[in-house]
Amino acid sequence: MANDKSLLKVDNLTVRFPVKHGGLFSQKSYLYAVDDISFEIKRGETLAIVGESGSGKTTAALAVARLVAAQEGKVDLAGHNFFELEGEDLRKARAKVQFIFQDPYASLNPRLRAEAIVREPLDSLDAGPPSKRQGKINALFKAVGLRSEQQRLFPHQFSGGQRQRIGIARALATQPELIICDEPVSALDVAVQAQILNLLCKLQKDFSLTYLFISHDLGVVQHMCDSVAVMYMGKIVEQADRKSLFNNPQHPYTQALLSAVPSVDRKRREETTRILIPGDPPDPINPPKGCRFANRCPVVEPRCRESQPALKAIAKNHMVACHRVRK
Amino acid sequence: MPPLLKVENLRIELTTRDGVAPVIDDLSLELNAGDTLSFVGESGCGKSMTALGIMGLLPEKVGRIASGTIMFNGEDLAKASDVRLREIRGNDISMIFQEPMTSLNPVFTIGEQIAEVLRRHQNLGKNAAWNKAIELLDAVRIPNPKARVSYYPHQMSGGQRQRVMIAIALACEPKILIADEPTTALDVTVQAQIFDLLRGLGRETGTATILITHDMGSVAEMAERMIVMYAGRKAEDGPVEQIIKRPRHPYTKGLISCVPHLMATLTDDRPELTEIGGIVPSLREFGHDTCLFASRCDLADDKCRSKRPPELHFNGEQSSACWHAKEL
Repeated sequence: MANDKSLLKVDNLTVRFPVKHGGLFSQKSYLYAVDDISFEIKRGETLAIVGESGSGKTTAALAVARLVAAQEGKVDLAGHNFFELEGEDLRKARAKVQFIFQDPYASLNPRLRAEAIVREPLDSLDAGPPSKRQGKINALFKAVGLRSEQQRLFPHQFSGGQRQRIGIARALATQPELIICDEPVSALDVAVQAQILNLLCKLQKDFSLTYLFISHDLGVVQHMCDSVAVMYMGKIVEQADRKSLFNNPQHPYTQALLSAVPSVDRKRREETTRILIPGDPPDPINPPKGCRFANRCPVVEPRCRESQPALKAIAKNHMVACHRVRK
Repeated sequence: MPPLLKVENLRIELTTRDGVAPVIDDLSLELNAGDTLSFVGESGCGKSMTALGIMGLLPEKVGRIASGTIMFNGEDLAKASDVRLREIRGNDISMIFQEPMTSLNPVFTIGEQIAEVLRRHQNLGKNAAWNKAIELLDAVRIPNPKARVSYYPHQMSGGQRQRVMIAIALACEPKILIADEPTTALDVTVQAQIFDLLRGLGRETGTATILITHDMGSVAEMAERMIVMYAGRKAEDGPVEQIIKRPRHPYTKGLISCVPHLMATLTDDRPELTEIGGIVPSLREFGHDTCLFASRCDLADDKCRSKRPPELHFNGEQSSACWHAKEL
């Protein structure tokens, strides 16, 4: 049900990678990095995807932007089926989806000046007439808090936070509607993180942007998002709006994740009992038959090992995939 | 009883292209058996350098201890010979490094790497060391240690590798364990397990722990005392609870409030994060006779820019190096 307020609607997205092992005639096996996930983001809002490393959150984001190929699923971006676009239409549509990468040290071309980095998407996606581009670059530098004389510098002359600002200016250049932020602050120093997070919040208001925000830092997610999807081994296990998820987490994995975050808030530290989940996630090439969290779950039941729980709504804007959770 | 470790007026200098810079400038601290002390600060503030200085692992020809003493068990480590330091390292003082992915040797099994420490420092035989390695793996809660002991590092996950590192560090029951950002590369659930492990081991063996981190949450969870470092100097020092409740240095205050913390009950309002503008000064500015934080501080005035602030003491245990500490 894509209503007119929703900007991005992802249905049954699946990404699998072939894994080579065994002999020539052995059966091909696949690693399901993202397994049948669906979500929706309203215009001007932020959806955060959280999960541990290897849970498939980055792959999901890359697939949404068509930077890795999805095997199944549909991505509806502002009323167009983004997965079916080809050629010129696709190129135009790409201007609407931009990416901010995790590592500002690796994601900027070291041989281009800052202004050329920001100009590149304008040139390659034909955004606006060439005569107006310089003016636009000036405006972008101002918007992300860099001085105009810094346009002539190379990436190595900037600090980490400033580099991430260049990355943000580049993402904003084509006037996108959706910006996918893949761990935008995790490579930065704590004091600089706040600068970038505040900037992202401000830009969202000024340019009415929609964010798909990938992070493993629950504090950052709580600060940034309007709704959250928790991923575990390629599946969404819980999805809810910000308040329901953080105040009333239902899935045992979400509960464990939240309880594991160290806190300076003494009240919170005393109130939360830490739920330990021992062991490691199972082998992703051979996922178990039942619930994928069963081998680490503190409240596992026999049926959890038998059948996979479906993602079911338990309240308005709150969905959980767990056999034990009822309405 | 004298403290286990007593560092006095330590000054560590690095030789750079621009000249000699004091990366640690007049640092003093005390550590007793069973204590947990945490160093907090951004990268480039000298947290890791302090640890390397204590361990005698400063980069050769570039870094040196210029003055000050590091008294450990009545012995000055700042003046100890390389041979003596090698006896102490991994035996009395050991360290867990930040990157579990790169600090294990990929061509030896983890059992061999744990046994090496035991054979070297405790003169155990091959079999005895191997059996002790299995015991240690069990102590750091690696499942099925008998089989895992002959695994190579690449066969284990990040969390398990960090646990192997802890097993190596604890092999000789050190008196001091230095953990340099032991969990930054790990997921939160694994981080919680590692913290539990470190806390438990500290209680059992009376090992004093120095935790180096940039995350105030981890500090609050793990440590009793903290030292906030800024640009090679001690900005604030004191009991964790007391400092979090009332930081007396604007940098500490900024570090606590610039990170979005999980709240006990979440409401709709979203306060803007406090920013600490700017970045840590470059090494060239280290050692100047000013408050090095002045360029990023809202409270800075002419005094801050012209004279290094002295340490002021509050409630006995807390101290802050800020001209405005009394007003905060």
